[in-house]
Amino acid sequence: MEEQRLITLENISKAYDGVTVLSNINLYIRKKEFVTLLGPSGCGKTTTLRIIGGFETADSGRVMFDGKDISALPPYKRRVNTVFQKYALFPHLNVKDNIAFGLKLKKTPKDEIDKKVDKMLDLVNLSGYGKRSVDSLSGGQQQRIAIARALVNEPEVLLLDEPLGALDLKLRKEMQLEIKDMQQRLGITFLYVTHDQEEALTMSDTIVVMRGGHILQIGTPKSIYDEPKNAFVANFIGESNIFPGTMVRDELVHFCGADFPCVDAGFGDDAPVDVVVRPEDVLLVGEDVGQVTGTIRSVLFKGVHYEMMIDAGHSTWKVHSTSMQPVGSRVGLSVVPFNIHIMNPMKEEKAE
Amino acid sequence: MNNLQVPAWGIWVMLAGLMVFIVLLVVYFKRNHGLKRPIFASPYTLWMVVFTIVPCLLIGYYAFTDINGAFTLDNFKNFWDSNYDMNKELIAMGFNPADMGFSRGTVNVDTLVYSLWMAFLCTVICLILGYPAAHIMADREFKLGPTLVILFVIPMWMNFLLRTIAWMSLLEDNGLINSLLEWLGFGKVQLMYNSGAVLLGMVYNYLPFMVFPIYNVLNKMDYKLSEAAMDLGCDKWKTFYKVTLPLSLPGVVSGITMVFMPAVTTFFIPRMLGGGNTEMFGDLIERTFLTANNWNVGSALSMIMMVLILLSLGLLRKVDPEGEGGSMI
Repeated sequence: MEEQRLITLENISKAYDGVTVLSNINLYIRKKEFVTLLGPSGCGKTTTLRIIGGFETADSGRVMFDGKDISALPPYKRRVNTVFQKYALFPHLNVKDNIAFGLKLKKTPKDEIDKKVDKMLDLVNLSGYGKRSVDSLSGGQQQRIAIARALVNEPEVLLLDEPLGALDLKLRKEMQLEIKDMQQRLGITFLYVTHDQEEALTMSDTIVVMRGGHILQIGTPKSIYDEPKNAFVANFIGESNIFPGTMVRDELVHFCGADFPCVDAGFGDDAPVDVVVRPEDVLLVGEDVGQVTGTIRSVLFKGVHYEMMIDAGHSTWKVHSTSMQPVGSRVGLSVVPFNIHIMNPMKEEKAE
Repeated sequence: MNNLQVPAWGIWVMLAGLMVFIVLLVVYFKRNHGLKRPIFASPYTLWMVVFTIVPCLLIGYYAFTDINGAFTLDNFKNFWDSNYDMNKELIAMGFNPADMGFSRGTVNVDTLVYSLWMAFLCTVICLILGYPAAHIMADREFKLGPTLVILFVIPMWMNFLLRTIAWMSLLEDNGLINSLLEWLGFGKVQLMYNSGAVLLGMVYNYLPFMVFPIYNVLNKMDYKLSEAAMDLGCDKWKTFYKVTLPLSLPGVVSGITMVFMPAVTTFFIPRMLGGGNTEMFGDLIERTFLTANNWNVGSALSMIMMVLILLSLGLLRKVDPEGEGGSMI
């Protein structure tokens, strides 16, 4: 796997009118991998995608594709295809001609075009829609056509720029699974841009968390969720309690007025740290056996679990639990060492 | 002549039209429970009635009547044969016009054909100049685009008579261009008083009407569409003729109509820049009304013009149903 790097970004930087949008991005994408660029708007994820697609050129750095420098190639000479944010389907062409657009440019024989278009329509579950006008389709259908139009060209990499942003929640979840399924069946590399952490966790092999033109963390969904590198990543991916704390010594951290045993080491004694505890990792126990005690301030029913806000001294804990405690009752809180994540406190980014 | 007087029954026709309009308005009010949009539309509707519908009715009235107010089709025959009236008189006096060397007078038809030809040339030139200009102005990468738009608009704030006269001082025998040519050692060139000068004046005046509808469509076009085309394998040129051009056609059609219509009816420009050598249909109508003082034939000529314009408007509606191209001006 390691050796099959398909795309490599080397020291990519980009600024618009003096404002840095990407600073020194290094990233590689393996063959057949589903990579997601995740971050809030303005973090540079779309610019990164556009640089790979050829719609923008980096101010410095190189884009390597299969070992060759493609930085200077125009989009039509790159073996990648893009699914645009608002689909960008051609309104003057019907569904079939939209999908056949790339094939016709390559002078593919007519019967082969027909065959491939039908196969693509089948793949995106829209068989028989070929003659329809693009405007007559719903958002979800347009999205599928946009994917079909890109995939029919058999690109080595498919770039997807927030493709599900305009769809409603239920449709979005369906499409997430469909896209993931398509990627696995076709064995094509997908580079996916989104600001939706749940989407990223569901679909990706690798998540790249970005902020302010920097890459904060690269890893599998699980490693990023379980071991966020800093408070920003922890907050952006899932819900978290983040407390300032101090390492008493290796494997013992002090926060919220109590000492907690943990599994992290190497921060140095008395070093200031950020402590992350996921709401579902907090255990509600008897008042007398808790590591800290608190009062239930509010309870929200969320379907699978209750979300409780608990005041404990000067800090507030968010706790997810399937058992409900009445508001005002005193509870003990406890966290097992493995579920306490210690991070270096975040320094403010210079680029911002 | 008492052409200015409208006969009694003409007034009745107009009053009847006004009554029908008022009745329609009342019916409309009742159906909408009184207090709806028609209230706000009424000043404009009144304006339309007084300054558009009534004049149209008047033109229709004059076109189909003779000097005494009697129904006749002679005015239209006059268009086909400008010697018609004279020949009729000759026949009444017992002569045969053909014997005397008078045949059909082709001035009016020739002028219309000339006007159509000039308008056609003007439209083609405006399209050739205007499309690239609009394309450049709508280019996202081109930072001076909005400035160019303003530069195109500013001359339109000036009266077109003034602009045309300004061209005269440039093109005159002792004008700026000829002075420059002379100073450079070339001889003077006859620039004015020919069709070329008239065409120049027309293109200059009507170019914005071509540029803006096209610019409007191009500007509103999602640039992602061109990116998608490039992504799928189009180079710059293919992107243009496979995506940009077909999608900008409504603007082009709109621009063609908005240039062609006023270009056919152009007046003043031919008189100023063309001298007496080039007369266009607009000038002919004006001359028939004001110099020949023949309102009946003038109205008939106007009606022929109007039918031409209505036909081209109908064509426009067919190709650009939403009329989005012309929405800027």
